[in-house]
Parts: sequence; C-alpha cells; structure tokens
Amino acid sequence: MAAAVELEGVNVTFGDFVAVRDANLTIEPGEFFSFLGPSGCGKTTLLRTISGFIEPTRGQVKIGGQDMKGIGPNKRPTALIFQNLALFPMMTVAENIGYGLRVRGVPRHERDEKVKTLLIQVALSEHGHKKVSELSGGQKQRVAIARALAVEPSVLLLDEPLSALDLKLRQHMRAELRAIQKRVGITFIYITHDQGEALTMSDRIAVMNAGVIEQVGDGRAVYAEPRTPFVASFVGENNRIRGRVSAVEDGFATLDTPLGALKGRNPVALSVGQEALLFVRPEVLRLHANGGTSGFAGETLDVAYEGSVSHITLRVKTGQKVTASVGGGVPLPAAGEELHLGFTPEDGLLLALPEGHGR
Amino acid sequence: MNGSLAFIFGLPLAVVVLFFALSAYERRRGIATGPGFFQRNGLAVGLYLVLAVGFWAFFIILLPQLAMVDMSFRPKLPPAQMGGPKDLYTLENYRYFLFGSTTSTAEWNWLHIKAFFLTIGVSILITLINFAICYPLAFHMAQSASAARLRVLLLLLILPYWVNEILRAFAFRVLLSSGGIINQLLMGSGLTHEPIDFLGADVGLYMGLSYAYLLMMIFPLYNAIESLDRNQVEAARDLGAPWWHIHAFIVLPHAKPGIASGCTLVFMLTAGALAAPLVLGGPRTLWFTPIVYDRFYQAFNWPQGAAYAFILLVSCILFVLVVLKAFRLSLGEITR
Ligand SMILES: Nc1ncnc2c1ncn2[C@@H]1O[C@H](COP(=O)(O)OP(=O)(O)OP(=O)(O)O)[C@@H](O)[C@H]1O
Ligand SMILES: [Mg+2]
Repeated sequence: MAAAVELEGVNVTFGDFVAVRDANLTIEPGEFFSFLGPSGCGKTTLLRTISGFIEPTRGQVKIGGQDMKGIGPNKRPTALIFQNLALFPMMTVAENIGYGLRVRGVPRHERDEKVKTLLIQVALSEHGHKKVSELSGGQKQRVAIARALAVEPSVLLLDEPLSALDLKLRQHMRAELRAIQKRVGITFIYITHDQGEALTMSDRIAVMNAGVIEQVGDGRAVYAEPRTPFVASFVGENNRIRGRVSAVEDGFATLDTPLGALKGRNPVALSVGQEALLFVRPEVLRLHANGGTSGFAGETLDVAYEGSVSHITLRVKTGQKVTASVGGGVPLPAAGEELHLGFTPEDGLLLALPEGHGR
Repeated sequence: MNGSLAFIFGLPLAVVVLFFALSAYERRRGIATGPGFFQRNGLAVGLYLVLAVGFWAFFIILLPQLAMVDMSFRPKLPPAQMGGPKDLYTLENYRYFLFGSTTSTAEWNWLHIKAFFLTIGVSILITLINFAICYPLAFHMAQSASAARLRVLLLLLILPYWVNEILRAFAFRVLLSSGGIINQLLMGSGLTHEPIDFLGADVGLYMGLSYAYLLMMIFPLYNAIESLDRNQVEAARDLGAPWWHIHAFIVLPHAKPGIASGCTLVFMLTAGALAAPLVLGGPRTLWFTPIVYDRFYQAFNWPQGAAYAFILLVSCILFVLVVLKAFRLSLGEITR
C-alpha cells in the first residue's frame, strides 16, 4: 500500500524567507501524525502545501503515491480543518456538512442520508437545522470535523483545531478526535504547538523548528530520545548545562562544565574536545542522592507543592536555575536550604551544540 | 406667517422633548441597557446632538420634501393668487402625467409615460452593468490584491472623480462625437467608412451613466466582500467547490447587504441623474429627469415639476423596497 503522504525535499519560500526547508517525510495510511512546533515555525505553511493551497518552491508532495504537482486543493483527496474552523455562517449545520457533497453533485436524498449518519457520528443529530452561530465551541468543532469527513478524504488535515477551546473541552475533544480517527481509519495529520496534545494523541510526531523538521518519532522517542537540543528543550521540561567533552567511553561521555564534570549518555557520538549540551529531565533528579551519581549543588529557591509531585527550584553557583520534580512522600527541603540533586549517567543526555548557537 | 415660524422652531424642540420622553420611558421599562444617551455624552453635548440632528433632519430633508409634496397638489398660479381662493388642492398635475393636457386628443400622455419607464428600465440595466463591472474588481481588491496593489487601485478609481460630473460628461461627448477620437480610430483602421452616431444611439448616455456612479457600487461591494473570512473561500475550495459555486453560494450570500446597498444607490442616482442625460442624451432621447427639469424651468410650472419629481421618487422607493423584500433583506441590513 502506498504511503498516505510523502514529502520529498519540500521547500517553501516567501520571497527571501524560507518557511519550510527540506522536508522529507513519509506518513503511513491510518496514522495519527502530528506536527509539533512553536508559533511561526511553518506548520500551517506545510499543511497548506499538503492540501494544495501552496505549491512547494522545490520538492515534491505525493499523496497515495501520486505526485500532486499542479493539482488544486479542490481535486486532492485531502480535507482541511482550519485554525478558525471557517464554517459557513449563512448555512445550517446540515447544509455545512453537506456542502462538499452538494458541489460534487450527489443527489439530494443520498446527501441527506449521509449528513444524517455524520450528524449521529459526531453526536449532533438534534442540531442539524440550527444555524452555526447557535452552537457551542465544541459543537462547532464537531461540525467542522463532520463537514471534512463528508467528502471521504483519505487524509484529514487539522490545523490546531482545539486551540480556541477552554482546557476542559480541549481535553475532552482530544479523546473524541482520537476515537473518531480510530473509527474512520483514515490518516489524520494534526498540527499543534501544545506538546501535551501531540504526545497524548499521536502515533508519531514531527518536531519542527524554524521551518526545519528536526526529529520524527513516536511520543516516547521524541521525549526520551531527543536528537537535537531544540527537541530536548521543546518537548517536556529539561535542565540544560553547556560544557566541553573531556572523555568518551562506549555510549557515555563526560562533560566539563562550570559545575564540575558531569556524565551522560552520548547517542550522537560526540568526540573529546567538542562543545556540547547536557540535558537532565526534572523527574530523574533525586534529592540527597549519594554515591555514584553526579549532580548539582545549590541553594533552594522555591518549593512548589502540587500533591502528587513537588517542583524544587535550585540556584547553582553559576546563577543558573535547575528544576527537579519529586514524587510525594519525599521529605521536602525548605527554601534557602543548601541542597544536592543527583542523577545517574543513564539519565543524562549529551547532544551537540547547534551551529552558530550562542549560549 | 407667525404660525409657521412657531412651527419651524417648535418642531426641533418637540423632537428634543420626545427624545427625553423616550429615553425616560426606556429607562423605566428597563429596555435600555448601559448608561443613558445624556449620561454617555453629557447634557450639553447630548442636547447639541439632538438639536443638531433634529434641525438637520427637519430643515434639510423633511421640510423641502414636504413643501414639494404640498406644491405638487396645487394648481399653477401667478404669485399674486397664491394662497388666494383659487389655491385649492388638486390632482391636476398627476393627471397631466398620465393623460396630458386637457386639450390634447391622445388618450394617454405617451411621451412622458414612455420616458418614465425608459428611465426606470435603463436605470435597472445600468445598475446591473455596474454590478457586473464592479463585482470582479471588488472581489479582487477585497480578497486577493496585495496592500500595495490595493492602494494603486483605489487611487485609480477615485482620481477620475476629482473631475466634476459635467466635465466628465462632456469628455464622453468629445470622445464619442462623429469627429471624435473613437470614430477617427474606427475610420482610420478601415473598420467603418462613415462615422457612427454613438450619441444618437444613446451609447454615450449609457456609458456616461454607467461610469458616473461606479464608486457608489464598488465601495459597498468592497466593504461587504472584505469582511468575508478568506478561510471560508478556501474551505469551500478544499471541499471541492468550483470557482463559480464559491461565488454563488459563499461570496454572494455574504455580500448580499453590500450588493443591495450598492445597487440601491446606483439605481436611485441613475434614475435621478440630470447632467449626463442633458449633456449626452441624443436628440431623440427622452430621459425623465430633463422632463422634470423642463417642467420647472421651461414651462415654469413648478407644481407640475414637483408632481413629476414626486412620482419618480415614490416609484424608485417602492421599486427598491419590493426588490429588497424579494431578496429578504431589511433596510437595517443594507446599512451595516
Ligand atoms: N503568505 C505569506 N507570505 C509571507 N510570509 C508568510 C506567509 N505565510 C506565512 N509566512 C511566514 O512563514 C512563517 C511560518 O508561518 P506559519 O503560518 O506556517 O506558522 P505556524 O507554524 O503555523 O504558526 P502558528 O502556530 O502561529 O499558526 C511565519 O514566519 C510567517 O510569517
Ligand atoms: Mg498556524
């Protein structure tokens, strides 16, 4: 079976500005695939390139194995859910959902049947006759989904569809979207700048930064095995210390830092003398750690108690802050107390300093 | 005279009192929300606003029109007899429009009736032409033009209107006359041997009228289309809609109020245009407004002129209301 979507060396430029650089990617049929990245990194641009509103400056977009060059958005087997939904306000809910069928010339009774089924699927069967403006945020969301699903796309593209909702509804809609995807079985390509959303919903995630896809992998991979400093700091919390590699031994390396020698895993094969960054997640740091661990010593700045976890902020001697998250039941230090936080080398991660990176 | 003076100054005052009463009533009934009109603007400014608007509405709009209506129901009399025993209300002026002078043998006053319907019909046609010209331009300006292009287009649209209406009409005349540039070009290129009588065939008139109120169409359209979320156009396209479907079912319904207000303006102004028909009308053209003009200044029959003007006004208003009704638009909507 051909891949749902393939990007081959896709570049999109606006004038001199490169919005997407050398995107190479294969998205499998039936996958829930997310693009995760900060605002302005080119997610929407990439999605619009897949849906056909933007032609790539260079490279190729293939959908279902077919080159999409010169094929307009109205002819592609994709459906896009817009960041602001873009429902048609002068039509009823049912008319909105049936619009794609209407332009395809599907006969009225067939259309009505289909709309009815879709209304049931998104739990809006009571609301078909209503105007869009009479619906709540979550209901509008579902209308947009039903409208897109009505044309039976092989790929559904969603541009931050939950960003306008409040937290509670957003969490509810996450589960619902995921359930809908499982049910219809088509490929979902989902855009978000919310890492929690990406991690909970996706089969795989592409992390983007400034137009570049930095890493592609499942949630565990991008969280636990980041391959670039950007991914390490953007996905989840991370403490970061800069230094120079002083020793390398199979799979591990030691970094000379202003806080002393710190040891961590070396997945990107750094060599001695190279500048590098050490990343340590807050949840792997242990209080009062002893023995074979390396770690950070400093003054406790703040202790935030959250019940099941507590967040401890430490100021180390360089003035930098280090955060640790510890589980319940651990005796907590008081603010101002001198503290030592430790981690094992398996929990430290060394990554190359990106080129032209200042601090 | 004393009575009418009291009337003239009393009415605006009555408006103020009415306004106060209304706001007090709304306040008591709890209809009005938020701070009241005078609380919001202060007493002095509020009073000024009410007085000024009342005065303006009364003197500039209502009073002259009422005077016209009143005059249209009176006979033509020398000034000395005005208000005299012969100055009685009569339908004579309206009768004249339909049946002509009492001495005429014809059954109907065909000349004027034809001119009237021609004016209405051609005004409708010109409104439609204006819409056809302006819609694509307004759509481009509102949805796809870059900011720089938009500025240039707006400038190009507005600049020609710095030239006054009469001059513009004469420019058309010069352009289209038998010795004009267009005829010279046509004959020079060998397409025709004789000059074409554009003006006699009313081509000049229709062109002039179409051009005269173009802006009145384009700006309401532009405003209406501009407020359409671009994503809606794209959503429709993404769902597979061909371009004409998008215009017919997404853009036009959204722009309906703008279309209505543009068409209303152009229709009213065209039907009431005077300069273009006077300058560009061919010798056989009978436009209604020059006839009205003639009633006043050639026949010196002001009451009849008033009646004719009133007929045109009421017909236009009725026509517009009927069309709005047909398109399920309220008057309130077209002013949005
Ligand atoms: N039509 C355009 N012309 C010029 N620059 C553009 C255009 N569209 C987008 N850009 C630029 O490309 C970059 C990426 O924009 P894009 O909309 O893809 O970001 P995004 O990742 O979707 O951000 P957000 O999360 O805020 O929606 C931005 O810097 C933006 O200014
Ligand atoms: Mg975006």
